[in-house]
Amino acid sequence: MGSNLIDSLFIFMLACFIGFEVIRHVSPLLHTPLMSLTNALDAIAVVGAIVLVGERKSEFATVLGVIAIVAATSNVVGGFFITDRMLKMFKTSRPVKK
Amino acid sequence: MNEFAGSQYLIEIIYLVASALFILSLKWMSSPATARHGIWAGEIGMVLAIAGTLLHRGIVDWKWIVIGLVLGSGIGIPLGMVQMTAVPQRTALSHAFGALCVTLVGTAEFYLRTPNVPKFMMSVLSMEVILGGLTFTGSLMAAGKLQEILPQRPITYKGQNLVNFLLFSAAVGSAVYLVVHPETKQLFPLIVGISLIFGVLLVIPIGGADMPTVISLLNSYAGLSAAAMGFVLQNKLLIIAGALDGSSGLILSVIMSKAMNRSFRNVLFGAFGQVQASAAGGAEAKPVRSATPEEAAAILSAANKVVIVPGYGMAVAQAQHKVRELYDMLTKKGVEVRFAIHPVAGRMPGHMNVLLAEADIPYDRLIEMEEINGDFPQTDVALIIGANDVTNPAARTDQSSPIFGMPILDVDKAHTVMVIKRGMSPGFAGIDNPLYYLDRTLMLFGDAKQFVGAIVRELGGGH
Repeated sequence: MGSNLIDSLFIFMLACFIGFEVIRHVSPLLHTPLMSLTNALDAIAVVGAIVLVGERKSEFATVLGVIAIVAATSNVVGGFFITDRMLKMFKTSRPVKK
Repeated sequence: MNEFAGSQYLIEIIYLVASALFILSLKWMSSPATARHGIWAGEIGMVLAIAGTLLHRGIVDWKWIVIGLVLGSGIGIPLGMVQMTAVPQRTALSHAFGALCVTLVGTAEFYLRTPNVPKFMMSVLSMEVILGGLTFTGSLMAAGKLQEILPQRPITYKGQNLVNFLLFSAAVGSAVYLVVHPETKQLFPLIVGISLIFGVLLVIPIGGADMPTVISLLNSYAGLSAAAMGFVLQNKLLIIAGALDGSSGLILSVIMSKAMNRSFRNVLFGAFGQVQASAAGGAEAKPVRSATPEEAAAILSAANKVVIVPGYGMAVAQAQHKVRELYDMLTKKGVEVRFAIHPVAGRMPGHMNVLLAEADIPYDRLIEMEEINGDFPQTDVALIIGANDVTNPAARTDQSSPIFGMPILDVDKAHTVMVIKRGMSPGFAGIDNPLYYLDRTLMLFGDAKQFVGAIVRELGGGH
């Protein structure tokens, strides 16, 4: 238990640093799609809800879990969908060669 | 660790791959050229993770999982199809949904495990529901304000900060007590309840112009609460995704608060939006020069370099497609047209870029504030459409101005400044803009969409 906790803290710390480094380089041009993308990725919380519902430990937990699945899934689907729509709109006037 | 069955190893490996894909996904977002790969990486990671989770051997009931997934997709599709002008409220709403999921799972986990919750687990669980709860109601409030269901003006009252502080302390205090005395489980609904109320009160005093910062901050909270949920469930993928989202939101909030000249501490404790109200005072009717669409068209077509400065007013008037016609028309006449984008123009980070991209304006024409500010002295015409405070030169010169020190677009250095505006009423912050009284400034009074349309007609009729 104790070592699991420490492992988790290490993972959290490293992921924060990766997050800062990666996102620092995102062009301000794309800040809106960035936010809708991280939103969709964040909805990975759905996996917690899926296990909760699937294990069926109590009626109460199942009800909350199903609502949670609905909320998170709508973020996954809606988030990826709108991010893709936004990015399709970004076009350059220069010939596409880099 | 011995209880790790074969399928459990497989799930962990799948989560590992999904984590890598998530990081790549964000990395590819750094440039428009690779950004769409980023979406694919994210989608593949997500599908893998969900499929992997279904292998979980504890799962005995499939029916409700499927119902939840189908219902969620049914809600998600229309949410993904909203108009680009509605993106800020959609984003706020999805923060609310994310936080709702985290709060509900946290609540269910608490009642399944209590009273046998180790102290650390209980602390993280409290953090999860506090952050989740306040993000849920706070984001709903923000979405309501952006959708104009709720009043956009800040609602303030005496002692507001004190009330907020006491409420937040009460939530944290109860959480600490519950950690120390796990048997007092009746405290848990209290913690959740206070957090929900706190979220509402936190966003009530915030006005439209501060929305970019608030949305970023709520983004960060949503991420952190998901990471906390990862600790509770011992799920590394969740910890990573939550940390990425949390740091992304934090970076955006810092950028936004710098662009608004607010200290980050100020932002963290939600004291936004209250500073300004008093500043309006006695703005006397000073003389301004105004011009007609014909005159504006003549000046624009005689120019070599034009910089267009869009703001939230352009979004409200839905003028971006007319602006695109203007861009086409002027470009055809050999005028160099660029767009100056202030970081907090609009209601969320990057709002203007998305609107202009929607209108098919190439993104290499959209220039950030720092890059374009040096070019204004060589600019013939700066055309401001629905922006106000971000062009206010008082931010540079007038120490008594509430926005003194806020970085602005130096439009007043252009040879001619044209401002499309409905009337002389001050901007959101209630601050008079000295730009409008300059000799080189022409006020173009009217609705942004109609006025730009009129200029376009004039330009088209000229040949």
